[in-house]
Amino acid sequence: MVYRKDSLWKTIDWWAIALYVLLVVCGWFSICGASYDYGEPDFIDFSTRAGKQLVWICCSFVLGFVLLMLEERLYETYAYLIYGLMILLLFGTIFNPNEIKGSNSWIVLGPVSIQPAEFAKFATSLALAKFMGEYTFSMDRWKNMSTALAIILVPMFLIVCQKETGSALVYLSFFLVLYREGMTGSILFSGVCAVVYFIVGIRFRSDLMDDGYTSWGEFSVLALVFLFCALLIKAYCKDSKKPVRYVLLFGLGGTLLGLLFSVYVIPFDVVYVQSALFVLLCGYLVYCFLHERIRNYLYILLFAVGSIGFFYSIDYVFNNVLEPHQQIRIKVLLGMENDPTGAGYNVNQSKIAIGSGGFWGKGFLNGTQTKLKYVPEQDTDFIFCTVGEEQGFVGASIVILLFATLIWRLIYLSERQSSRFGRVYGYCVASILFFHLFINIGMVLGLTPVIGIPLPFFSYGGSSLWGFTILLFIFLRIDSAREH
Amino acid sequence: MDKDYRLSRRAYIIGGAVFGVVILFIVRLFVLQIVNDDYKKNADSNAFLRQIQYPSRGVIYDRNERLLVFNQPAYDILVVMKEMTSLDTVDLCETLKLTPEFVRRRLHDLKDRKLNPGYSPYTNQVFLTQLSVEDCGIFQEKLFKFPGFYIQRRTIRQYNYNVGAHILGDIGEVSKSEIDADDYYQGGDFIGKLGVERFYEKQLRGEKGVTVLLRDAYGRVQGNYMGGKFDKPPVAGKNLTLSIDIELQQLGERLLEGKIGSIVAIEPSTGEVLCLVSSPSYDPHLMIGRERGKNHLKMSRDPWKPLLNRAIMGTYPPGSTFKTTQALTYLQEGIITASTSYSCVGGFSYRGLHVGCHSHSSPLSLLPAIATSCNGYFCWGLYHMIGARQKYGSVQTAMNTWRDYMVSMGFGYQLGIDLPGEKRGMIPNAQFYDKVYRRSWNGLTVISIAIGQGEVTATPLQIANLGATIANRGYYITPHVVKGIEGEVLDSIYTTPHYTKVEKAHYEEVVQGMRNAVLEGTCRLANIPELEICGKTGTAQNQGKDHSAFMGFAPMNNPQIAIAVYVENGGWGATYGVPIGRLMIEKYLTGKLTEEDEILATDIQNRRIDYGIQER
Repeated sequence: MVYRKDSLWKTIDWWAIALYVLLVVCGWFSICGASYDYGEPDFIDFSTRAGKQLVWICCSFVLGFVLLMLEERLYETYAYLIYGLMILLLFGTIFNPNEIKGSNSWIVLGPVSIQPAEFAKFATSLALAKFMGEYTFSMDRWKNMSTALAIILVPMFLIVCQKETGSALVYLSFFLVLYREGMTGSILFSGVCAVVYFIVGIRFRSDLMDDGYTSWGEFSVLALVFLFCALLIKAYCKDSKKPVRYVLLFGLGGTLLGLLFSVYVIPFDVVYVQSALFVLLCGYLVYCFLHERIRNYLYILLFAVGSIGFFYSIDYVFNNVLEPHQQIRIKVLLGMENDPTGAGYNVNQSKIAIGSGGFWGKGFLNGTQTKLKYVPEQDTDFIFCTVGEEQGFVGASIVILLFATLIWRLIYLSERQSSRFGRVYGYCVASILFFHLFINIGMVLGLTPVIGIPLPFFSYGGSSLWGFTILLFIFLRIDSAREH
Repeated sequence: MDKDYRLSRRAYIIGGAVFGVVILFIVRLFVLQIVNDDYKKNADSNAFLRQIQYPSRGVIYDRNERLLVFNQPAYDILVVMKEMTSLDTVDLCETLKLTPEFVRRRLHDLKDRKLNPGYSPYTNQVFLTQLSVEDCGIFQEKLFKFPGFYIQRRTIRQYNYNVGAHILGDIGEVSKSEIDADDYYQGGDFIGKLGVERFYEKQLRGEKGVTVLLRDAYGRVQGNYMGGKFDKPPVAGKNLTLSIDIELQQLGERLLEGKIGSIVAIEPSTGEVLCLVSSPSYDPHLMIGRERGKNHLKMSRDPWKPLLNRAIMGTYPPGSTFKTTQALTYLQEGIITASTSYSCVGGFSYRGLHVGCHSHSSPLSLLPAIATSCNGYFCWGLYHMIGARQKYGSVQTAMNTWRDYMVSMGFGYQLGIDLPGEKRGMIPNAQFYDKVYRRSWNGLTVISIAIGQGEVTATPLQIANLGATIANRGYYITPHVVKGIEGEVLDSIYTTPHYTKVEKAHYEEVVQGMRNAVLEGTCRLANIPELEICGKTGTAQNQGKDHSAFMGFAPMNNPQIAIAVYVENGGWGATYGVPIGRLMIEKYLTGKLTEEDEILATDIQNRRIDYGIQER
């Protein structure tokens, strides 16, 4: 036992710990900047947010140390137990009567409030890692695959019921783990396609081309469907030179001819031509399947039909499934609605704050926009504004690179795991961090819709910081015990 | 294991996706923070409240250091909507003498962001402007009853005398076009609108200071930015000293009471304007504060046009005062000598053209011609000059030579006085007559310009300047009403002499003629033996009754004052022009009026001219 404790300090990944400490410290300084009331620079006062965050940080250092001290086998052994308890807690939280900011995900325990959704991430990761780490697990087995999906989707569903859609979306990051473990890339590809169709469909549906008949949205999506089908055939079907050439030649070529005819000769809706070509494409895919006996042709047909079906149901989904505030956030992001005092206020003010930072920034505590409370939620979801304003382009880029370095380090550590359990868990950590980074900073920079999820280690709040600390340190403990 | 190996390549795809996102973010940061400047400007207007510190406007003295214009406090009433928890409209209306409709509409307009783009319920909004000390005092006592209301001190102008409105001018709130023309101004600022206040706006206004305050998202002030590092104290405006003698101005306005006309007096050696009277005038106190708009509108509709500064904007036929210019021109061009005599029996008659004249001895030479203001003499002179083909070659050249003499004496163009709106008058040239008479004209056609009638017009200022030119024997300095600006040297255009095209020797002849006019001619009424006044009357024909004019200077050999008097429809030059000129010169040179002249002044003050009701 003594030997093992000694070796912990030799085998632990000090790089990851250094990055973690660096990010947490930068985060604390950002909160000082964001919550600093003009003329009262007392950060150690525990009634201020900076003071409280200092307490959370100290606690999380202790927490991290404790997690490193525990036996690494405990995590694998109790993975299902922890997961089960967490599901119960999440289920119980749905009936929580206390609403904070329109969500009942917060459990109030005396002076502190805890958000179980933040802790459910590591529990889900552990359970997923344990399940996929079993020797009998195989991606190709439907039963295994559906259980893995259930492990992911059950907490996601419970969190949606708590009206925390943003936190629930984080669970989509587990698909990146599944991809690494052998899930076909076409699923991620389809997901990306869906986002593209969605954006193009919502944004350009009502914009007409020069001929006055054809909708830019419909035209582009139909053209993309031909292109994507050709790419899929090339990737998934053997001996596919001829079909790829046909699809590109007739699909895109026919579309182009129709377009030229419409613009220069007689204006008409090019979508008619595209629809006809699409029917031909479907027929051709069926023919290929029958002729070549390759099942992938059928999947591609499914993709093509699904794409069109999805595209034409976007309006319905947008208007009937999404909540009005979500619709507006998306419209603001796509520049379809310009309302800097209303729905677009947050993002507009956050861009102003960041933009005013310039190259070197205004200096620590010298930011005017964040200090004077122009940016709402500036010490939680919009904390990156403070970095952008006070530390400028240089500081903001360094923070982004620190995050990226930590993620790359985690991927590297995951790949060197000898057990599948360790690797899956490691990818879970990396993917969750990546998702948070992408959505949070993207939102602050006006690139992704406003989804209220925190920036790891930076945003004010004990639950979020502890959640990420636990997530990370369990992995570091597992990594330190790997077999050489 | 083969499969596992292939899957581990996916680590690079995931790592690559992270890389892509990092690049995307950094490019976006680059665009927001470095390429695009809008966000920076936006941030400044967001966070900085630039509070203007108003400088005190320069005060104005007369030539004897008597204070004419100074600043007095006025009060604005401000309101912060969010703090206005309750409002007793009835009490407010009683205290401030307002109607409930006005209060309601005013509060409504303040909240309308279209009318009031800077509106915030957390910041001061201007409810009422420029309350007097008395009005504000009552409100101040009741202020505790009106939560959210505040009082802000500003300064407005106050006047010590009720004369000189046209020279002093006034200040008023800047108009939209003035803000567009000069970004120094912001809505609600004051700017000089007329007179010296306008012409010397840049010197008088000083420089606004600024205090940079930080403002939070609710519009509440959070303190000084960087400890006041970017603050700038206001710089007070410069004081002006006018060349006007306010007592002379007072006398002038008194004499022109009930008459339409103008008196301009100039110190010949410096070009300093001693008085610039335009009648009817108005009390400058009418243009103070909130009453200005109402009074200005009323006066702009007045058929007597009290806002018009006739001394520089009225263009009149100069009449016989103009004969002096003719004498000088003919002498210089050699058309006549001092001893040349022309006959004049009841006027100038030639080839069916007749210009009447009054009775005097005939034939007569230049000096008596000036003294008696003989029309015939000067008509002959002009006829001979325009007709001197051998000398000029054509009537056109002769005409333009004549024109150049007039221009060199300050006619035909603005003199460049330091007041806005000066008119140039009219001196015709050959091209003008070619156009009017289709090139078929000669000296006879234009003969009336020789006696200051016909196409020739001039402002009273130009006529007074002619007096100064003769007093100086051949030069003038651009007339100006400001003789000193605190801490600045007067512009050299107000110190440079302009020489006419006539030699000094010829001036001596004309001076003697003018002296004779006072001693034994048309201006005998102006004779004050010890003051050696020289003068020339003018009786200008027009559609109505003749205008009465006088141009003169004194003393003859050390001129201290040159003067022009012009009374519309006053009749003979001797009726109004000469006695007014006498009183003004006496007042300026001796500092007072004798007892008999005081009686004369009161008599003139009380005389009225019937102008009828026609539009003027």
